[in-house]
Amino acid sequence: MRPINLKPTRINQLILALLPFAALLLAYTIGSAARLADNPSDKLLPALTSITDAVNRLAFVADPRTGEYILWSDTLASLGRLFAALGISTAIALAFGMLVGMLPYLRALLAPFVAAISMVPPLALLPILFILLGLGETSKITLIVIGVAPIMIRDLALRVLELPREQIVKAETLGGNSWQIALRVVLPQVLPRLITGLRLQLGPAWLFLIAAEAISADSGLGYRIFLVRRYLSMDVIFPYVIWITLLAVLTNVLLDWLRAKVFPWSELGKPA
Amino acid sequence: MIEVKKVWKEYGDQIVLERISLTIAPRAFVALVGPSGCGKTTFLKLLLGEERATQGTITLDGKPLSPEPGPDRGVVFQRYSVFPHLTVLGNVLLGKEFTAKKFTARLTGAARRAAIEESRALIAEVGLAGSEDKYPAQLSGGMQQRLALAQALIMRPRVLLLDEPFGALDPGIRADIHVLMRRLWNETDLTVVMVTHDMREAFTLATRVIAFERPRSAPADRERYGANLGSDIQVWPRRVAGGFDPDAPLELSADSPDRDDPIATKGTRRDDPAPISPGASS
Repeated sequence: MRPINLKPTRINQLILALLPFAALLLAYTIGSAARLADNPSDKLLPALTSITDAVNRLAFVADPRTGEYILWSDTLASLGRLFAALGISTAIALAFGMLVGMLPYLRALLAPFVAAISMVPPLALLPILFILLGLGETSKITLIVIGVAPIMIRDLALRVLELPREQIVKAETLGGNSWQIALRVVLPQVLPRLITGLRLQLGPAWLFLIAAEAISADSGLGYRIFLVRRYLSMDVIFPYVIWITLLAVLTNVLLDWLRAKVFPWSELGKPA
Repeated sequence: MIEVKKVWKEYGDQIVLERISLTIAPRAFVALVGPSGCGKTTFLKLLLGEERATQGTITLDGKPLSPEPGPDRGVVFQRYSVFPHLTVLGNVLLGKEFTAKKFTARLTGAARRAAIEESRALIAEVGLAGSEDKYPAQLSGGMQQRLALAQALIMRPRVLLLDEPFGALDPGIRADIHVLMRRLWNETDLTVVMVTHDMREAFTLATRVIAFERPRSAPADRERYGANLGSDIQVWPRRVAGGFDPDAPLELSADSPDRDDPIATKGTRRDDPAPISPGASS
């Protein structure tokens, strides 16, 4: 049989999906054991036991100085910034994406500007933001919004433009005015895409968050990683990276579940 | 009554239509036929208001046509005529909601119940009873076009414009929807203009068949000479809206023979009623 026609069963699919993760874990364990055998005080690839010790210490033992559970307070600080920024970006993208997509005059006014803004490397703006907005939360949230919103606006405007012209004409023949068509025809059809656009921007959003926290913060997951970097504390950095990845994956899955739940029709007619 | 006077349509340098003059009587069913790229759909877009004529005027009942699509002219396209995010009921209801609520575009309470009642009746009329809560993606192509018809008709438009509405359907399903289409035209105060490239469909349904053609179609002339009206045929026997027995079979249907097929041995409307027996020689 041709390889293109060989399909795994559900069980095999699950096994295959887990395989790369298991391989990575195995490779790490072997590498770590080899290095520790050479030099018991090696810090680069700590043993899994010392990693779990670190996780225990960070997550379940209160910090003697502040009385806080460091992992949770870091997570709360980072997620607060991230979700505030993503919420603002989504609102901006929805408003401007619909306007740019639907109204030719606003498209002529704004589309080239948004396209240019989305090309500015946001990290290059970070010093400006720190100078203008100070080192607090505002500058970090603004950085993420600047990095994420223009692309979401463009994505949404394109999606609006992709709606078949026939649908808009049909809505006009049903007596709809611009506002009604925006509300009842365009908005519901682009909302699923807005959620998908948000999912695609999770990666960049985390990137900007970590970058901002690395440079100036007193809490947050990125702050912690860059703080303990000075002591080569790989036993803290590894679990933090895994935790960040896990949070991002979970957000991604949740958003997709939300889309399918709220907009059941967006699942129909999709290629299986 | 739709009056088209000396209409030209040009896209930049390219002339698509030239000197189109045409009067369409109220309650007529006009089929526009012609080869691909001869401007039938452009002409329909002019009637719809989606495009504007470069020269000439189009009037509907003496008044110039509004320059954008409006509720006086319903439309069914070959595809994308229904909204994928609304159920069958929601799709039909939408026109009512647009008309009644300028700001929220949603009906509530008694008004909503009345509108639902009316929508359900129309949905049943086009043969979709029982599918009210399905989404268009769950319907077959023929059912989607039935839905598109119901959705357009709830606005009670003066004119219904059809752009190859049944072109993508199987012959059997198409025959069924032809029966429905003729009944709707027969029972509703409606002028229908349909673009099709299926001659049989044109002559099955229409009261009048108008052929668009390019008198000069040599490659060098293509851009500079547009299409105009070739033939304008009144279908015989003459059909009049309201004059039909809605259950009578169509004169032409999907199982009647096509031009190149052997002729049917039975039937009342053939030119030559003499039966042809298999053994007879001519």
